Amino acid sequence: MDFVNDCDPRLRTDAASEPFPTALKILVAGGFGAGKTTFVGVVSEIEPLSTEELITQLSAGTDDLSGLADKATTTVAMDFGRITLGPEHVLYLFGTPGQHRFWFLWDELSHGALGAVVLADTRRLDRSFAAVDFFEGRGVRFVVAVNEFDGGHRYAPEEVRAALDLAPGIPVLRCDARRCASGTRVLASLVEHLLTPVPALTATPELP
Amino acid sequence: MTVLLPRRQRRSGPDAPWIDDGAGHLVRPYTVSKGRTRPTAHFDLMTLVRATGRRPAGLQGPDYDRVLGLCDGPVPVAEVAAHTRLPAAVTKVLLADLVACGALTARAPAAVAAGPAPRTDRDLLEAVLHGLRQRL
Repeated sequence: MDFVNDCDPRLRTDAASEPFPTALKILVAGGFGAGKTTFVGVVSEIEPLSTEELITQLSAGTDDLSGLADKATTTVAMDFGRITLGPEHVLYLFGTPGQHRFWFLWDELSHGALGAVVLADTRRLDRSFAAVDFFEGRGVRFVVAVNEFDGGHRYAPEEVRAALDLAPGIPVLRCDARRCASGTRVLASLVEHLLTPVPALTATPELP
Repeated sequence: MTVLLPRRQRRSGPDAPWIDDGAGHLVRPYTVSKGRTRPTAHFDLMTLVRATGRRPAGLQGPDYDRVLGLCDGPVPVAEVAAHTRLPAAVTKVLLADLVACGALTARAPAAVAAGPAPRTDRDLLEAVLHGLRQRL
């Protein structure tokens, strides 16, 4: 996998005497193979780390485990990366498994998250549906980043918006998940989006 | 439907024997935390912990030492779990023990509302945006 490190990694400044920084998180979701792990890895200042959750104890009785082959597969890995934004703010990016049966993990992860990036592969756009559904349902604000794989058909953002049936105002961006600057731009666009007022669900269209 | 294979299985192929890393994970959750799967205090993956410099009286074992050794600076639960290669649930149990005996301090993650009507602190978001743009 080719990573192009075209942005400047900042070193972490930490000393035991300093106050705790604020740890923030953004979720990176999308269907299997949409490029989540690549995205997280390339924008992270550290080699991506992985934490495992035990599925049995967290989801007993609530999740269908029939897709998991045996007892040994009752953990699920979540890749994450870190971006130190300064002495006061550290941003963590969590790549979240896309399937419905992992939604119990998303519930903990999305708690307190700033927002989310839904990575979409236009060759398999339907695999992004679950992530869009989840964030819409939980009221987590997100942007859609179309990961433009080599050889993939390039769709206009409006075509993607229509296919995903996105609410107006949700940004659809293009990105190359292998490039740090491209991924970082997507994150910046998400935060810009978060800074825009939330349209009320019952708002009437503004008249001129 | 595509089944997401666990990371270790993806690495080693579905037919690889469950030894080394895989076997370690089958054993550790039950021995390291003495069978406990629920920590004595609530921890989020983003809860930050830091060593106080106080020795953990009454808590012995390489796993406590290892966890404590990772907490010189403020570090989130997720990173401790990743470095120890223990499941997050087990890591939380060990961290809670260390907090209880005063060897660690913990700080809950920032309360960032992400509901339908978020009241996220604009200053916080501006700072994040500024930090991201500086990297470009």
